[in-house]
Amino acid sequence: MSAPTVQAPPPAAVAPEELALRPSWKTPIAFAVLALVALVAFGILGESGQTSTFGISTGSDAWQIDPLALSSQPVALGLSLVCVVIAAYSAWLVRESQAVPVWLTVLFAIAFVLAFLVWAVAGEQISFTSLLQGALALSVPLVFGALSGVLCERAGVINIAIEGQLLAGAFLSAVVATLTGNLYVGLIAAIVAGLMVAFVLAVFAITYIVNQIIVGVVLNVLVIGVTNFLYGQLLAPEAATWNSPGTLPRVEIPLLNEIPVIGPVLFEQTIVVYAMYVTVILVHIALFRTRWGLRVRAVGEHPKAADTLGIRVNSVRFRNVLLGGAVAGLGGAFFTLGNVGAFSREMSAGQGFIALAAMIFGRWSPLGALGAALLFGFANNLQSVLGIIGTPIPSEFMLMLPYILTIFAVAGLVGRVRAPAADGEPYVKS
Amino acid sequence: MTDTQPPAAAPEPAAPEEQRPKAPADESFGQRFMRELTSGSILVTILSVVLALFIGAILIAASDPEVQDRARYFLSRPGDTFSAAWDSVSSAYSALFTGSIIDIDEYTVGRALRPLAETATNAAPLIAAGLGVALAFRAGLFNIGAEGQIILGAILAGYVGFGLHLPTGLHLIVGVLAGIVGGAVWGGIVGLLKARTGAHEVIVTIMLNYVARFLIAYLLTTAAFQRPGASNPVSPIVDESAQLTRFFDDSRLHLGFVLVILAAFGVWWLLERSTLGFEFRAVGANPNAARTAGMSVSRTYIWVMLLAGGLAGLAGVMQVLGTERYLTAGISAGIGFDAITVALLGRASPWGTVAAGLLFGALRAGGVPMQAGTGTPIDIILVIQSLIVLFIAAPPLVRAIFRVPVRSAGQPVAGLQRGWGA
Repeated sequence: MSAPTVQAPPPAAVAPEELALRPSWKTPIAFAVLALVALVAFGILGESGQTSTFGISTGSDAWQIDPLALSSQPVALGLSLVCVVIAAYSAWLVRESQAVPVWLTVLFAIAFVLAFLVWAVAGEQISFTSLLQGALALSVPLVFGALSGVLCERAGVINIAIEGQLLAGAFLSAVVATLTGNLYVGLIAAIVAGLMVAFVLAVFAITYIVNQIIVGVVLNVLVIGVTNFLYGQLLAPEAATWNSPGTLPRVEIPLLNEIPVIGPVLFEQTIVVYAMYVTVILVHIALFRTRWGLRVRAVGEHPKAADTLGIRVNSVRFRNVLLGGAVAGLGGAFFTLGNVGAFSREMSAGQGFIALAAMIFGRWSPLGALGAALLFGFANNLQSVLGIIGTPIPSEFMLMLPYILTIFAVAGLVGRVRAPAADGEPYVKS
Repeated sequence: MTDTQPPAAAPEPAAPEEQRPKAPADESFGQRFMRELTSGSILVTILSVVLALFIGAILIAASDPEVQDRARYFLSRPGDTFSAAWDSVSSAYSALFTGSIIDIDEYTVGRALRPLAETATNAAPLIAAGLGVALAFRAGLFNIGAEGQIILGAILAGYVGFGLHLPTGLHLIVGVLAGIVGGAVWGGIVGLLKARTGAHEVIVTIMLNYVARFLIAYLLTTAAFQRPGASNPVSPIVDESAQLTRFFDDSRLHLGFVLVILAAFGVWWLLERSTLGFEFRAVGANPNAARTAGMSVSRTYIWVMLLAGGLAGLAGVMQVLGTERYLTAGISAGIGFDAITVALLGRASPWGTVAAGLLFGALRAGGVPMQAGTGTPIDIILVIQSLIVLFIAAPPLVRAIFRVPVRSAGQPVAGLQRGWGA
């Protein structure tokens, strides 16, 4: 075929600035800016004389903990001073030509978020447990989507179709679960839907060597179009026959669910959430601890070398794209069967793109993607909880916050992330 | 066997080169058109559109309740099913055609051609935003942020339109420039962050889309932006002096269409004739080589995103000063996302983007009367659009389906051969 099988240019050499081992000043500068914001806005300008109350325990816990009442301004001031100290320490580290460790960033993020929480909740009460529960619920599709991205891109295929895979999973799971009357058949249908979208992606991207970004973008539009069309023609007029699957029951894991805070958050969930825990661990172990994972990463980093060693590059890629599609499809089922109980138009609402961002943010690793997805879920839930109790700033700005913080994080903390070297480049055997 | 195979296979890749008809110097426009039509990408494009419409037709027919009723006795009277399917598909597609090209049932020429004007009206912002996405592609950047850039352009242009009261002539110019600046700033942030910190443009543009969406939602609740007396979040109507002039009385087609053709010419000139455009293409082809050749990759990223954002901002200008004439939270109307497909379909070239924008504009224009007239959901348009792009992107597949012999190679989208890039 003389069609667009143009061999992509060889993998870009590492840019000079990435070779430099000197840690950059970006992290301390980002820390300093954020710490200053915390100190001024949450500490010094915070209302004095208010208390912020956090509920810790729920009724089912084995031992009860009293709600935590904190004096708002002094606590916020203290936490923001912690931020300032961390910023100063990171600046000292960089001056001494040492890298800023990851745990310091995590510590900074926790102190900053807590300072913000204490300030925003001043004079009110929120339940810490339900805050985390909601955060986990909002993260589930993101985690599945980001894992799908990791599986595809580690093998060298860019998956922008995560959004489409989530949406297809949500749609087919709702329809099949309603038609069969069995929610678990619906879950299988979600996996099948994700597989179908992934199959089209794989055929076009690997077999026909169409640019992977093009296929991904177009598949998203195609899935939105097909599901919207069928929703308008069938699901909306006859919801009883097509679109009333109901929701999966919550399964409590005995003993574990009685641990305060962690128990109700992690162990009173639907089967989809438990599947998520298992998938994250499996993908992590499979990618970094097995022969299969080594081959996948070899294909994603240097397909020619992998081919020389007898690995069939394109079939590894094909399988991984299908696997990723199955994972994202299952995540899509969470929208319908795990949460709402019915399909609605474009219900994935851009979550696939956020999952993509989470994957990049998590540096193409399953655990990093999990962390980033949880962060997005937490920020998203925080704004909706705070929207209910009312905050000193307009709700639209609260809604913007997770996205602005992401930009800050990507620009200041993550910086030049490195994709798998052969990501997005078709492999044509020469 | 193994010895004879290489010589047998070797001539194959060279064959298309030999078969491709040489372009005679004295051929007329018509001859050249026919040569390109039969030998290459134009044929694939037409076949792709046909194939997409065919799959769309299957979807329309299969989901029609009447067709489903007839299909119950398909084995005894198959003709009934096919006639019902034909009715359902032909009524939807003819409504699409009369809504976007020409309405032959109208009495005057002006009214009959009104759908064509509506197509151009819909196409104008799609082309402008598509040019923005295409320009970024050429420098190797994936600009998903046209949606946010359109919103920012619309906010600034709209505010100039109803907030400032300037003399006629000046008002329109200031409004258009403000919109372009708004989009350019929103795009420029992306370029600046990419150049200075290496922040990935895909993440930053996605996030800025959300920020822009919430920003306009907030602004429409403030006294400066909300229409006095209105309960829903809409802005006042822009002053007459700031509106893009409409050409005909009974059509929304406005001056913006002329602006967008000028913009396409500008982008063509920039890419093909200017030093800056050459640097864009060089960075898009290989940033390391461009850096070695002495070009500043960082500067290129900032410039290309400023210009791409400005073009998307122009789309926002057209929405608020031309088509809608007031701001709503939905002013971008998904144009920013369609612009990505438009740019891809146009293979990231300026005139290709114009053609793709016109096609998508026609589908948008025809979709509304189709849904109103026949009840076929407008979302079928999305299906058809995405299938067209998918098929055009894979010429071997289309050739295999229609058994078209390979004569010329399709060109890959420039600047997009690489993956996530540097």
